[in-house]
Amino acid sequence: MITMATRAGPFTHTVNSISRTMLWVMAALLPATAYGLWLFGWPALMLFVITLGSALAAEAAMLKLLGQPVRSRLFDGSALLTGWLLALSLPPWAPWWIGLLGSLSAIVIGKHLFGGLGQNMFNPAMVARIVLLISFPVQLTVWVAPAPFGSDASPSFGQALAYVSDSTPLPEHMSAATSLGVLKTEHSRGVSVVKTAAQLPPPAQLAIGHESGSMGETSAGLLLAGGLLLIVLRIISWHIPVAMLGTLAALAAIFSAVDPTRFATAPIHLLSGAAVLGAFFIATDYVTSPVSRSGQLLFGAGIGALTWVIRSLGAYPEGVAFAVVLMNAMVPLIDRGFRPRVFGRSRRGKTLEANTQPKIKL
Amino acid sequence: MWSFRVRGGVKLQYHKELSSEKAVVAMPLPRRLYLPLQQHIGAPAIPVVAVGDTVLKGQLIAKAAPGLSAPVHASSSGTVVAIEEYVAPHPSGLRQKTIIIATDGQDRWADLPTPVIDDFPLGVSPSELNSRVAGAGIVGMGGAAFPSAVKLDLKSRYQLDMLLINGAECEPYLTCDDRLMREEAAAVIDGVRILAYALEVQSVVFAIERNKPQALAAIRDAARVEPWIKVMALPTRFPMGSERHLVLACTGRETPSRKLTADIGVVVHNVATARAVARTIRSGEPLISRVVTVSGRGIREPANINVPLGTLVEDLLVFCGGLHPVPHKLIGGGPMMGAPMPSVQVPVVKGTSGVLALTADEVNDGAESPCIRCGSCVSACPCGLVPLEMAQLVRRGDLQGAHTIGLQDCVSCGSCSFICPSHIPLSHYFNFAKGQLGALDRDSRRQDRIRSLIQARNERAAREAETKKAAAAARKAAKAAAAASTAAPAATPASQLEEST
Repeated sequence: MITMATRAGPFTHTVNSISRTMLWVMAALLPATAYGLWLFGWPALMLFVITLGSALAAEAAMLKLLGQPVRSRLFDGSALLTGWLLALSLPPWAPWWIGLLGSLSAIVIGKHLFGGLGQNMFNPAMVARIVLLISFPVQLTVWVAPAPFGSDASPSFGQALAYVSDSTPLPEHMSAATSLGVLKTEHSRGVSVVKTAAQLPPPAQLAIGHESGSMGETSAGLLLAGGLLLIVLRIISWHIPVAMLGTLAALAAIFSAVDPTRFATAPIHLLSGAAVLGAFFIATDYVTSPVSRSGQLLFGAGIGALTWVIRSLGAYPEGVAFAVVLMNAMVPLIDRGFRPRVFGRSRRGKTLEANTQPKIKL
Repeated sequence: MWSFRVRGGVKLQYHKELSSEKAVVAMPLPRRLYLPLQQHIGAPAIPVVAVGDTVLKGQLIAKAAPGLSAPVHASSSGTVVAIEEYVAPHPSGLRQKTIIIATDGQDRWADLPTPVIDDFPLGVSPSELNSRVAGAGIVGMGGAAFPSAVKLDLKSRYQLDMLLINGAECEPYLTCDDRLMREEAAAVIDGVRILAYALEVQSVVFAIERNKPQALAAIRDAARVEPWIKVMALPTRFPMGSERHLVLACTGRETPSRKLTADIGVVVHNVATARAVARTIRSGEPLISRVVTVSGRGIREPANINVPLGTLVEDLLVFCGGLHPVPHKLIGGGPMMGAPMPSVQVPVVKGTSGVLALTADEVNDGAESPCIRCGSCVSACPCGLVPLEMAQLVRRGDLQGAHTIGLQDCVSCGSCSFICPSHIPLSHYFNFAKGQLGALDRDSRRQDRIRSLIQARNERAAREAETKKAAAAARKAAKAAAAASTAAPAATPASQLEEST
C-alpha cells in the first residue's frame, strides 16, 4: 500500500481523457465525413486515407525523433484528428501528394516544431491548408461537381486511382466552382451579387451539402448536428461557434442590406464554404483557442469578422483558415486580458468591499 | 428557497451509498488512546498530567496554550503511560507530542461542569456558553479544526447577523454528517439554537445538499420548533461545503478576497460541531469522541462509527473487518481535500471526518500527459482562477507571477486536478507554491525582525557609549582618573537574535 504522500489530493479523478475527447470529436465528424466521401466518391476516399495515414506516420516519426513516448502518444487521437480535419478541408479530388505534404506540414511544422501536443500556437490543420494554398494554388482550387457513389458521374476505382496518382488530368466536365468562388469571380467581372446568388443552389440544398466544395465542408446540416453533439457532451462550449457564426451572420446581414449588389446575404455566408466546419470543429481546437469564456467569445467574434472581411473584401473567396490562424496569434494576448473574475475580487483584481453586497455576476 | 449561483465546481462520483445506510455504531474501547496535543489550528495544548497519573473520562489532560489553541481531554479512564513524540495524522508522518493512555476498561467519568438543562432562553449568558465551548475543546469538526470558541467570539469584532450551518457534506464517501442529521436531528437543532444564542444572531440558515433527502427531511422536521431556522436544499456540486462558496450559495453575499465570512456578517459552523456544542452544554461532556466514516472499496465493511478520540486507525480498520488486499491509498478525510495517512498507526483526532481505503480504480490517477489547454480547469475553478496558467508559472519557478494571478485566492478544493483530462496534479503545484510563498514570507518577516533587533542593539550600544562617555567626562572633571571604566558592555549574543517570530 502506498501510504507516503507522493502527491497531494484529490484522490479521485474524472474518467475523461485526451483520447476520449479526440474520439468524440471524430465521432461527431463522422456523419459529415461519410456524406462528403459518398458525394465525391473513390478519389475523395483515397485522399482521405492517404492524408490520415501520412499524418499518423509523420506523428510516429516525430515522436521517435524527439524522444517522446511513441506508443501512448501516437494513439491519443490528436494526430489522427489533425489529419482528418485537414483532409476535410482539401479539394476532394486533389492528388495524393497534396494530402501527404499537407499532413507533413501539419504534424511537423504546425505541431512538433512548436513543441508537440499542447504547445502549438496555430491550428496545425489550418497551417497545412494555408501552406498548401499558397504553394499550390492551382491544385487547391480545383473543385468538382458532386459525383456520388452509384451515379453516372462517379469515377470507377481505376479512374479514381488515375486521378489521385496525378497521372490523368481531371476531366473538364467535372470541374465546378464553389458558391463562394462563383460569387467572387462574377463580382470581379462586374456582375451584381444579387444576380449571381440567384443562380446558386437554394439554401436548403446548401444546408444538405449537395454542392461542390472541400471534402467535408459542404453539408452544413450534418456538421451542425455533430457540433451540437459536442456541445451536449460538454466537449466544446457554445461560446466560440455562436460568437463566430453570429458575427459572420450579423456582418453579412448588415452589409447585404446596405449594398445587396456587392455583398452576399447571411444564409450564403453561413451555409457555403467552411463556416460551420470551422466554427464547431476548427476554431474550437483546445490548444489554439482561449481558455476563458469571455476570451472565447472575443476569439470567435474575431474569426467571424475576419472571415467576412476576407470573403467580401479580400482576394480569396474563402477566408476561414486565414481567420482562424490570425486569431490563433491573438490567443496569448486574449488569455492575458480576459481572465475570469476571481472570487472575492472585482474584475480589476481589487478586493471587494466588505460592506457592499455585490450583485452576483459571473 | 432558491440558492444563489456559484461559479465553477465539479460533479463527482459520490459513492456515499457504501456507508449512508449504515447507522452510527459505537467503537469498542481500545486498549490504548493516543491523544496528540495539537488536534486543532493554533498552538499545541500544554499537558497538565504526568506519566503514571490516573485519569478519568472527560478529565482535562492538556490545557489550551495562550492565544489560539484548544484543550484536550481524556476519552476514557485509565493511566497515562507516556507523553512522547508519536506519529501525527499528517501526510508528512512527522511526530508530535502525544499523551498515551492505557485504558482501564471502566470508562469512569470525571466530574463534569453542571449541565444547562433549561429551555430557551438559556439561563446562562452567551459569554458563559462561549467559555464552556472553549473549555470543552470543541473545534470545527468539518476537517479544518479551527477552535469553535474563537469563532463564537467573532461577534465582539464583527457585525454578525447570520449563523450558517454547514450540512453540505460535499466530499464523496463521507456520510458522518448525514447520519448525525438523520439520527440526532433534535440534538443538532438544539446545538444550532445554542450557537445562535451564543452568537446573538437572529437569522439561521441550515444548508444541506440535495443528495441527502432523509437528512433534509429530518432536519426540517426538527427545525419546526424554531421557524426562524431556514433549512435550504442546495444543488449537489463540489465544493459546495467550502465556507465562502456556501455563504454565497445561501445568501448571495460574496466574501472579499483574503477576508473572513464574518466580514460580511456570517459565521459558519459544521453540523457535527453543533452536535458537540449541544452535548457539552446539555450534559457537560467535553469533546472526546466523534463520528467517523470508514469507507472506500478497500474496506470490507464500510461503517459510520462513533470513535473515542485517540483510537488508532488500525483499530478502526480491524473493527470494519479489515482491508481488501492492497488498497491503493489510505486517506484521512474526503478524497478531494483529505490527505494521505502516513501509516495505519495514527490516531483519530478531532478533525478526522473519514478514513478511506481506496482502490486504484477509485483513485484513477493515470500517468500525466501534456496540457492541451482544454480549459476544463478554468471552468471548474470555483474561485475564478486560471489553474493551467498558474501551474505553468509554478513549474517555471515564478511564484511571484503565480501570486499575481491569484494563487492565494485558491481554496485548494482540488476541482482542477479532478477534472484535468491530462492528469496534471494542479492542486499539488498550488499547495507546494503556497507553502513556498509562506516560507518566504516567514523568512522575510524574520529578516525584518533581525534587522530591527540589530538596529535596536546598535542604538542601545550608542546610547550606552554616550552615557559612558558622559560618565567618564564627569569623572575626569572630578579628577578621579584612576577609576577608568573596564567592564565591557555585554553584547547581545547572536543566538538571541535568531529568535523566530
